[in-house]
Amino acid sequence: MGLDVNWALRWLTLSAQAMAEHREELIELDRPIGDSDHGENMDRGFKAVMVKLAEVPPETAGAALKLTAMTLMSKVGGAAGPLYGTAFLRAATALGETADIDAATLASAFQAARDGIVARGKAESGDKTMVDAWTPAVDAAAAAAGDSDVHKVLAAAAEAAEAGAVSTDPMLARKGRASYLGERSIGHRDPGAVSSALILRAAAGAAE
Amino acid sequence: MKKLINDPRAVVDESVEGFGLAHADLVTVFADPKYIVRKDAPVAGKVGLVSGGGSGHEPLHGGYVGMGMLDAAVPGAVFTSPTPDQILPATLAVNSGAGVVHIVKNYTGDVLNFETASELAEAEGVEVRTVLVNDDVAVEDSLYTAGRRGVGGTVLVEKIAGAAAERGDNLDAVAAIGDRVNQNVRSMGVALTACTVPHAGAPSFVLEENEIEIGIGIHGEPGRHRIPMENADGITDRLLEPVVSDLGLASGDKVLLFVNGMGGTPQSELYIVYRRAAQQLAEKGITVARSLVGNYITSLEMQGCSITVLRLDDEMTALWDAPVHTPALRWGV
Repeated sequence: MGLDVNWALRWLTLSAQAMAEHREELIELDRPIGDSDHGENMDRGFKAVMVKLAEVPPETAGAALKLTAMTLMSKVGGAAGPLYGTAFLRAATALGETADIDAATLASAFQAARDGIVARGKAESGDKTMVDAWTPAVDAAAAAAGDSDVHKVLAAAAEAAEAGAVSTDPMLARKGRASYLGERSIGHRDPGAVSSALILRAAAGAAE
Repeated sequence: MKKLINDPRAVVDESVEGFGLAHADLVTVFADPKYIVRKDAPVAGKVGLVSGGGSGHEPLHGGYVGMGMLDAAVPGAVFTSPTPDQILPATLAVNSGAGVVHIVKNYTGDVLNFETASELAEAEGVEVRTVLVNDDVAVEDSLYTAGRRGVGGTVLVEKIAGAAAERGDNLDAVAAIGDRVNQNVRSMGVALTACTVPHAGAPSFVLEENEIEIGIGIHGEPGRHRIPMENADGITDRLLEPVVSDLGLASGDKVLLFVNGMGGTPQSELYIVYRRAAQQLAEKGITVARSLVGNYITSLEMQGCSITVLRLDDEMTALWDAPVHTPALRWGV
């Protein structure tokens, strides 16, 4: 059995919960290397997503992700709004009208999301951005898709994203506001990579 | 945190609402989505100018909406760029058919959100040009960063491009003069204290009593390096030197010297900085033909200042002198 619209709705609900719960933590991570707004913006954005999803309940996972994309793009601001907006939009396009999402489709949706982030933000692996959470997650998801088990794909992506977020600690920031700090960005975890890992963990939690 | 606020999450809403009430003769404020337009917009036949960015830099940008400067300003949350659902209606509201110029400070978020909005506006048949402002010399290695930031030079771009639009220049000409100002302007800032974003509740970085941060931006983000406190002349020299050398200023050049307060520094101290900077420029044979001193692009309640130098030509000087009537800048009317 694959994943359906109910999984997508649970994923977004768990993401919104995670942003609310980790709001302070994301603000604290953003304080030394950014401008202390990431937790506030993500919390505000996903709260708006919850309102939108309740207004017009989507019928497919793709439609739910598309509505999420448009809402984040218009409500989050900063770099995170367009980046997450593009990620969800590309994932929605990859899913299309699919009612029963299998492992391979899921892995390709994650890849489309990552490719969207790279296209918009022009960051590469190692630049200390959310790409450093997404790329290992996409690779792990693709490797796990061979077993045709969506749960394995989701778990692999979440685990790899969390490790990817941790891997940003020693990196020198080359994109976004942290890049202005040069050497002083080393030793701090990238808040965008952390919020990405939270979202991918929520995707796995929604299938349990 | 001690601030004159009611609710940390309502800071921008309540402040913009008050701004609209105070300047109802000059601007119209829209609440949701939030943007500010010139009272008589769209002005027939005139190119529209739209700028915007995170809040917390007041009077930028709303304070510069009015005759001879911006047609619309789009305020985001504190230190967070506005979103396309605000930028698009602001752009449509000031389009008279002559097209719209977006003036965007070079930060990843601002660039991405304005880029999206300009694509949407083009889809609705509005011609949009973008002037990117990146005058901050503190960002040394732009190959490996998000690039130089837009700071004090933004005010000068908005004034001079605004005057060009007001005299009837076409879309490409207004964008070209905006680019020309950007190419001839450089800035560098210093913080004596950090600032506190209302919803974050704590300062964005900590400076000890005897420390200052050189090369700060305007978002409470730390700068390039931290040094022990010095006197005003010493700090002024540290800010001015990289600006002058990056611009390649030479004896005989005419400039506009702009000393800007970051929000928490008294005007009297800004004049002490201005005094030293003007003396240093005069010593190099550079003529300060125009000046601006005050809090024009701030970082909440941060103590500190920035020095901006614009190399002037006759046209830019005439456009700087042209009449302007906005809540924060007014002369010639």
